Amino acid sequence: MVNFEINDCHKKTIKEICESFGNRRSELINILHRSQEHFGFLPEPVQLEIALNLNMPLAKIYGVVSFYSFFTMTPKGKHPISVCMGTACYVRGAEKIVEALEKELKIKVGQVTEDGKFSLDCLRCIGACGLAPVMMVGDVVHGRLEPEMIKDIISKYE
Amino acid sequence: MYKMQLLVCGGTGCRASASATIVEKLNESLKAHGLTEDAQVVTTGCFGFCEKGPIVKVIPDNTFYTQVRPEDAEEIVAEHILKGRKVARLLYENPETQEHVSDSRHMGFYQKQMRIALRNCGVIDPENIDEYIAREGYSALAQVISDLTPEQAIDMVKQSGLRGRGGAGFPTGLKWEITSKFSSDQKYVVCNADEGDPGAFMDRSILEGDPNTIIEAMAICGYCIGASKGLVYIRAEYPLAIKRLQIAINQAREYGLLGDKILGTNFSFDMELRYGAGAFVCGEETALIASMEGKRGEPRFKPPFPAEDGYLHKPTNVNNVETFANVPVIFLKGPEWFSSIGTEKSKGTKVFALAGKINNVGLIEVPMGITLREIIYEIGGGIKNGKKFKAVQTGGPSGGCLTEKHLDTAIDFDSLVAAGSMMGSGGMIVMDEDDCMVSIAKFYLEFIVEESCGKCTPCRVGNKRMLEILEKICQGKGNMEDLDHLRNLAYVIKDTSLCGLGQTSPNPILSTLENFNDEYIAHVKDKRCYAKQCKALARYTIIPEVCTGCTVCARNCPVEAITGERRQPHFINQDICIHCGVCYTKCKFNAILVQ
Repeated sequence: MVNFEINDCHKKTIKEICESFGNRRSELINILHRSQEHFGFLPEPVQLEIALNLNMPLAKIYGVVSFYSFFTMTPKGKHPISVCMGTACYVRGAEKIVEALEKELKIKVGQVTEDGKFSLDCLRCIGACGLAPVMMVGDVVHGRLEPEMIKDIISKYE
Repeated sequence: MYKMQLLVCGGTGCRASASATIVEKLNESLKAHGLTEDAQVVTTGCFGFCEKGPIVKVIPDNTFYTQVRPEDAEEIVAEHILKGRKVARLLYENPETQEHVSDSRHMGFYQKQMRIALRNCGVIDPENIDEYIAREGYSALAQVISDLTPEQAIDMVKQSGLRGRGGAGFPTGLKWEITSKFSSDQKYVVCNADEGDPGAFMDRSILEGDPNTIIEAMAICGYCIGASKGLVYIRAEYPLAIKRLQIAINQAREYGLLGDKILGTNFSFDMELRYGAGAFVCGEETALIASMEGKRGEPRFKPPFPAEDGYLHKPTNVNNVETFANVPVIFLKGPEWFSSIGTEKSKGTKVFALAGKINNVGLIEVPMGITLREIIYEIGGGIKNGKKFKAVQTGGPSGGCLTEKHLDTAIDFDSLVAAGSMMGSGGMIVMDEDDCMVSIAKFYLEFIVEESCGKCTPCRVGNKRMLEILEKICQGKGNMEDLDHLRNLAYVIKDTSLCGLGQTSPNPILSTLENFNDEYIAHVKDKRCYAKQCKALARYTIIPEVCTGCTVCARNCPVEAITGERRQPHFINQDICIHCGVCYTKCKFNAILVQ
């Protein structure tokens, strides 16, 4: 579990986000999106603060956070890497790309490197099937990958 | 007016290959040659031919440049725009005749296509509403709200025979009619843009390439069912589509095409976006509605259907993006025209995302009733690297694998179901002889297990049990009873699951068991995977005549299963080998044989 100390400044931000959606419970997913954009992830103290603002149980919020794959309770690396595991990428060898990344970064899928530079995840189809297999580093799409190209691509990120 | 236009694909695929830089460079070159008054660069939506992206198309002469790089921009401007000479090396080359094809209309990829839903993709600038209006945009809405009653408009949609393009194929006009009959102070039109099927990207391409058509169609639907509010439920993973849709909504509001008293009539309609957060099950309409209400996206029992009890318990009509994209055309060209296309029970066209082991990966739109052979060999240009066709998977995780014997079936909603698959949202993944069908079934099941919402037991527990059996088989530990067990489980899950996700999740298993039974038997009885995909079943041996005795394999083997003297052929001890494949990747002399 990641330690996250919540301070008054954080609380103020969360209050503002909730207010911008009229403190409506039906806007919970939009509030979570906005909060994750701001904090990078959704640790328990942030969820609790949202619960207080919307006057709803923390368990309900945790239920929603844990349901959707887009929400995360652990922080991502500075350069989050997502390998597409859509069918088109899978049949064109996405698994080998994941293996190469795991070997190069010395982490498993779902983990962050010790220096916090990279995190590795899989996602389902970004719709660039013409370039399969593909991965995203941050917002940049790298396509037509071969396992041998991984080392080079990674070395370009500081 | 510009004499020429350079259309540059701004879809996600081409942008990943620097199409934004190409736009910049083209603009720079036009400026340098003083051509900014004569030619204009337009960033458009997807052309569909992703395999050969980035695409630059020059009109009016329809010249289609493929795989353009930023450094080619200067040559295109200096040669083509200035001197009128086409840059031959960037033209598409017909793989059979090796001739350059300049006009996209003469390319095999486009010849059999018919574009209705994608009519504006790759033609207009999606961030400029005027270009949509210039192509008869919003005239269907104007016609409907000023000349027709809601009943007349619904009748036209019914007559057209349009069926929902999201997967199940429910008649759209009927759905609208049912929703229109429930009275309430507030009703909703929802557009399902939560495209979760891995390998399908048509909805994203429509939203990125022609967002106004969705706004127009949703407003028409709102008029028909009596709703003043529209909601688009869109994946947060589609930032470009979100941006372009938001721009289009803002522009439509400015033009008075959304808002109060549209075009001076009494009809008011406005819309907003709701973001999905990555859950495949939210494609199911009741789960989607729960998610829009800020809850976990769990489906519920139907009836009551959303038409009666939907978003915030109000009557709600949910249609998918591609369905909406067809609607304005039905009013512009008439329902008779639309229903003249397609088969007896499936009218119009369908967009497919063609991907996998095929030469021309891309987005295609074809009339219903076309055969798989035409799609794969004529449009798709056949199998990559001249390999043998093995299967085509349609319908994503809810669909099945079709084989050679289905190649000449005329495809529509019903024929695909009869063949053990389904239309789904239109993903079409082609597989060749190197793909192991047991692994493919396992791949889809892993997806389902991850995406099952967990509400009902058959789907939550049953799929997990099926996955365990498949893992056992791929490990070479399966037996013949496992195959019977797998089949029984599949039928129980199909019959007893709560929603469409669970009811269709066994399809990839059942269709592969039916069509590729011998592969399952090879895995179970002979402990062999002839496609060499299941690592645990691969047998590595060294060909003594080829081995040079360089010792690289022995030094890299993690379990010391390889023995042999330097400069003498080496040997792999099968009892120790863990099938990791390191020797195979390390050997420089191709002396390792995988069986």
